[in-house]
Amino acid sequence: MAGTLQFDLVSPERRLASFAVTEVGIPGTAGDLTAMAGHEATITTLRPGIVRAVGANGVRAFAVTGGFAEITAASVSVLAESAIPVEELTGTLLDKMIDEARSLAAMSLPEDRDTADKLVNDMLVLKTAAGH
Amino acid sequence: MPSLKDLKNRIGSVKNTRKITKAMQMVAAAKLRRAQEAAVAARPYAERMNAVMTGLAASVSGSDQAPRLLAGTGDDRVHLLVVMTAERGLCGGFNSSIARLARSHAQALLAKGKTVKILTVGRKGREQLRRDLSQHFVGHVDLSAVKRIGYVDAQGIARDILARFDAGEFDVATLFFNRFQSVISQIPTAQQVIPALFGGAATSALYDYEPSEEGILADLLPRNVATQVFTALLENGASEQGARQSAMDNATRNAGDMINRLTIQYNRSRQAAITKELIEIISGAEAL
Repeated sequence: MAGTLQFDLVSPERRLASFAVTEVGIPGTAGDLTAMAGHEATITTLRPGIVRAVGANGVRAFAVTGGFAEITAASVSVLAESAIPVEELTGTLLDKMIDEARSLAAMSLPEDRDTADKLVNDMLVLKTAAGH
Repeated sequence: MPSLKDLKNRIGSVKNTRKITKAMQMVAAAKLRRAQEAAVAARPYAERMNAVMTGLAASVSGSDQAPRLLAGTGDDRVHLLVVMTAERGLCGGFNSSIARLARSHAQALLAKGKTVKILTVGRKGREQLRRDLSQHFVGHVDLSAVKRIGYVDAQGIARDILARFDAGEFDVATLFFNRFQSVISQIPTAQQVIPALFGGAATSALYDYEPSEEGILADLLPRNVATQVFTALLENGASEQGARQSAMDNATRNAGDMINRLTIQYNRSRQAAITKELIEIISGAEAL
């Protein structure tokens, strides 16, 4: 297939996915972006959201909670703080993550408060997007 | 000369000890394999992280806007030593070697007139350092309830360290742990995490950064601390099991040697007793 790139999804604990794709949708902090072959080399941080990898065998989606992505012309590496295949994502799991984000937001310093609140909101959006 | 019964009991007890050490060795071998797998699985993330951070750090370090986690506080008066050891003993020199390295480090710093603060992770290190450095303890992380080390544990420790840093409690943080080399060799290592040090050549690829380089760096530096703590925990976990496996292997072998020696002694005294009885009977018969 023409114009494929190597997609790697790694969490601190293990490599979750590694295969060839035609495009990857990434929830960047500054907005969603889709990387295809020949993309300008970019490093972007992630907000909680869904990474969507479109490969020869269909679409695979992963919920990520943050981290960063390294995009080059021939590869996309997503380094996620934690990543779960969307199929395994449950409402309770999400609620747990949201609670954790909330408690962190409550603890955070005033100047970090906005970022922490945004994180909570992103999580809530993620929850609706995942259909729970 | 111990009696035959004493020797028999002794052999029995050494045999039991050998069974226990043998079992511990096998358990450690199984756990080591799992710990090594975990360490290997965590490597891609840590390596990528390090590569990206090296590139970023190189491009930002010149500017005045470099975050404090990278540039430091501009001072190096107060040092935080994060001493990571095991929760359990019976693993040879594993805990002592970390404690020894940390102690010599702390004493060198104290001799230079610096302030030393110690955060212990794992019960054993705390016990060993308590005698002479307990006045420097600032905290303890208990991982005894943790069956399998996960990233969340590392995040917890990293959050603790970062909170202390933000509160201005220290200028330099160093992790102490054992780097896993092989079953028979673990290298006690001191690794500075704050201010962050990056080794290796920066990648030459030019990236667009989204948001800005500084923004990404500010986001990634705390994550990098967590990643380094996580790597250290995993290396430590593998080292602990490796050290335990070889220590228990030695113990099993020593117990075997001891059993052989005791058995020979037992047989000799049994033979001596029989001979003595025979002599008594014969000389009794001759006297008639």
